[in-house]
Amino acid sequence: MAEPGFPRWAAAVLGLVVLVAPLVAPNDYWIGVMARICLYATLALGLNIVVGFAGLLDLGYVAFFGIGSYLYTFLASAHFGLHLPFLVTLPIVIVLTACSGILIGAPTLRLAGDYLAIVTLGFGEITYLLLINLDRPVNITGGPSGIVGIDPPAVAGFALSRNTHYYYLFLAALALTLLASARLRHSRIGWAWQAIREDELAARAMGINTTVAKLQAFAIGASFAGIGGSFLASWQRSVFPENFLFTESINILAMVILGGMGNLLGVVAGAALLVSIPEVFRDLQRYRLLAFGLMLMVLMVFRPQGLLSSERRSQEEPEPEAGAEASSA
Amino acid sequence: MPTWAKTDAVADVLAILPQQLVFGLALGTVYGLVALGYTMVYGILFMINFAHGEIFMIGAYVGWWVLALLLRAQVGGLHPAWVLPLMLLPAMLFAGALGVGLERFAYRPLYLRGATRLGPLISAIGASIFLQNAVMLTQGARMKVYMTSLLFPRSWRIQIAGASISALVIVMVVVAGLMMWGLHLLVQRTTLGRSIRAVAEDREMAAIMGVNVRRVIAVTFFMGSALGGAGGVLVGLYYTQIDFFMGYSAGLKAFTAAVLGGIGNIRGAMLGGLILGLVESLAVTFMNPAYKDVVAFVLLIVVLVVRPTGLLGETVAARAKV
Amino acid sequence: MLKLTDVVTHYGPLRVLKSVNLEVRAGEIVCLLGGNASGKSTTMKTVLGVVRPTAGRVEFEGDRIDGLPTEVIVRRGISLVPEARRIFARMTVWENLAMGAFTRQKAPAGEVAEDFERVWALFPRLLERQHQLGGTLSGGEQQMLAIGRALMARPRLLLMDEPSMGLAPVLVDQVFDIIQAINRSGTTILVVEQNAPVALSIASRGYVLQNGRIVIHDTARTLLATDSIRRAYLGED
Repeated sequence: MAEPGFPRWAAAVLGLVVLVAPLVAPNDYWIGVMARICLYATLALGLNIVVGFAGLLDLGYVAFFGIGSYLYTFLASAHFGLHLPFLVTLPIVIVLTACSGILIGAPTLRLAGDYLAIVTLGFGEITYLLLINLDRPVNITGGPSGIVGIDPPAVAGFALSRNTHYYYLFLAALALTLLASARLRHSRIGWAWQAIREDELAARAMGINTTVAKLQAFAIGASFAGIGGSFLASWQRSVFPENFLFTESINILAMVILGGMGNLLGVVAGAALLVSIPEVFRDLQRYRLLAFGLMLMVLMVFRPQGLLSSERRSQEEPEPEAGAEASSA
Repeated sequence: MPTWAKTDAVADVLAILPQQLVFGLALGTVYGLVALGYTMVYGILFMINFAHGEIFMIGAYVGWWVLALLLRAQVGGLHPAWVLPLMLLPAMLFAGALGVGLERFAYRPLYLRGATRLGPLISAIGASIFLQNAVMLTQGARMKVYMTSLLFPRSWRIQIAGASISALVIVMVVVAGLMMWGLHLLVQRTTLGRSIRAVAEDREMAAIMGVNVRRVIAVTFFMGSALGGAGGVLVGLYYTQIDFFMGYSAGLKAFTAAVLGGIGNIRGAMLGGLILGLVESLAVTFMNPAYKDVVAFVLLIVVLVVRPTGLLGETVAARAKV
Repeated sequence: MLKLTDVVTHYGPLRVLKSVNLEVRAGEIVCLLGGNASGKSTTMKTVLGVVRPTAGRVEFEGDRIDGLPTEVIVRRGISLVPEARRIFARMTVWENLAMGAFTRQKAPAGEVAEDFERVWALFPRLLERQHQLGGTLSGGEQQMLAIGRALMARPRLLLMDEPSMGLAPVLVDQVFDIIQAINRSGTTILVVEQNAPVALSIASRGYVLQNGRIVIHDTARTLLATDSIRRAYLGED
């Protein structure tokens, strides 16, 4: 699972650091931050599958995050009176969220580039609007005030309560999703995704069923968001539509881009950066989004391959002045 | 009214229908105006200027400032005949300049580089977030009020067929209509317009004809953005309140209008705007107004999936992927 | 008038023109021959500044033009009739011709009107169709339009990229007659062609380009006559 250029010993050290982190953290607040990093890293890895591996620009990923969160809430809170155990809810949410991935992905199959981005954006917005408005005539989502009183994860009678517990849970999930991502990348699906990302027409000509492959990307990516959503709901013990705005989609996308699309550890690092830096500059909170917007622009202009990627600017062949023809010389 | 229409519910709907149509028309022309910005940029660069909604919003703010300054200086005899142009002009110039600046610094380094669509789009999103927050930080997060009634007294209205049409609505439609017509003339009849069309159709060939492609792109951005800024002023007058976030949903709706009509097609943008405005108004008549925005998004998705070329558009060549 | 010295041009990592030496003197018709992928179109693009040569010099009327932007080079008096016509399909015939005169915006209005007249005289069919969209014209008519459009700029040097391509033989003859007529009225012409015999029949000199290099350079008459050359490079690729 070693990334190119990432030596074994460094990985071991990192692994150790990560395991003992809560013991050396200055206070509980920072353990919470670390937990959040793991949570978002899981989400980013999910989006990485859609955007980084398969090359499908999804601007509405937050929809899956929201769907996962609210589904968990329906199954494990006072809202509908269901209190299914964590180990039962989690798999159910993952599967259902994956299905939503297929549902949302299906209409986009024939689209490419910008149009795909906008449609997914539209779906993200529709999801938000549904979450905020579906409290009448029947109260499904709790409307703008959301739902509170969600059960914490509990295994064998032991209910998670402190940030440290959540940290280790999220860390374990992150490790699993990292492993899964790495395996996927070098699997048959992974190659199919890469082919599609490079040139969909050629991929189809090679016999790859692009429809199935794309839907798989959406489904698997969504399932990671289902995990993240469940974690958010059970940690925060509440969910609100405001948790799932468009800016969150862009936030997660930025993590993927920052780390270099497709680069697994880079994506995790991207998540770490984008979660922790605003914490460090807490006082300048009001400038957070301003800086974020600026960062996106600067990143794209100067280093579109991401901060942590070692590859040259991909696909950016220097082109002659007014654009080149592909015709024979 | 026919007997079948006399039942309460239907009668209610029919009664407000003409009014809703008027609203739809007013909104539709403004959507069309803003949609032109998207369509012109897309036609020439094949990129979606995601920050166009923010340019629209900033136009609204500039208009507000002009009016506020006039009020602060206690200038008397305010009449839309001279105040409106005074609001529109700086808004359009500022918006246009902003668009040119964006193109120069946030987009040009990217689209010159190559076929990937991701770069300009992300940069545009970044610009959008940046501008939203820049305005929020400098202008305050609270909404600002357009003192429309000082310019357009509520009494200035006419009644036609059960609908009350205010002078403001008439002015909106006329102004937007004139601008769109002016743009149409420019693009169809002038040398500049021809050079824009040439660059949109075949950039390399246009350069070989001697067209300064970079300058044409900048001019296109200027014009599209200026129209967006004008749309902002008109919307501000219409809704009487503006905030830093108004560009987001307005932008998406204008984009929907552009796509509906066929992106890259100027007449399409105007048509798409009208249709969207009318559809939205009619939908609100029949269902929960909270879902108003959903109408636009659903329409957008349906158009993009079913007929991506839009109503008046032609087939677009397959574009590069992320 | 036009001189290429040791020009090397790359397309990304690919070296398409390896060393091209070419000269066109005022008043001549010169043809550049070669098969597919020999570098003919790239040569045209290099002259026009659409691609920049990685090495070598391109000179026009004594001044270096390599490295200048296309719209500047074109204003010095070079026009192109591109491969596959590439007229603006969404503009009318008249608008296409007007675009051709884009560089002459400062010229007195009467002159541009004269140019229109000249094109109508040369291509009466275009006059009939002047308000029709370019995309609705036939292949032959589009070729005429492409030529007319290039002429509207009153070029001193006219570059033509495979004018015979896709045209029926009868039309090809017509087109090349027209090319001769244009030359006789004072325009220097560089024709790039795969159809060697026709091109050589109107040219004074010819170059043969193969794999990015000029392999033969001689008078047109000699090229047409010499058997082995004909077999090797012209027509049998």
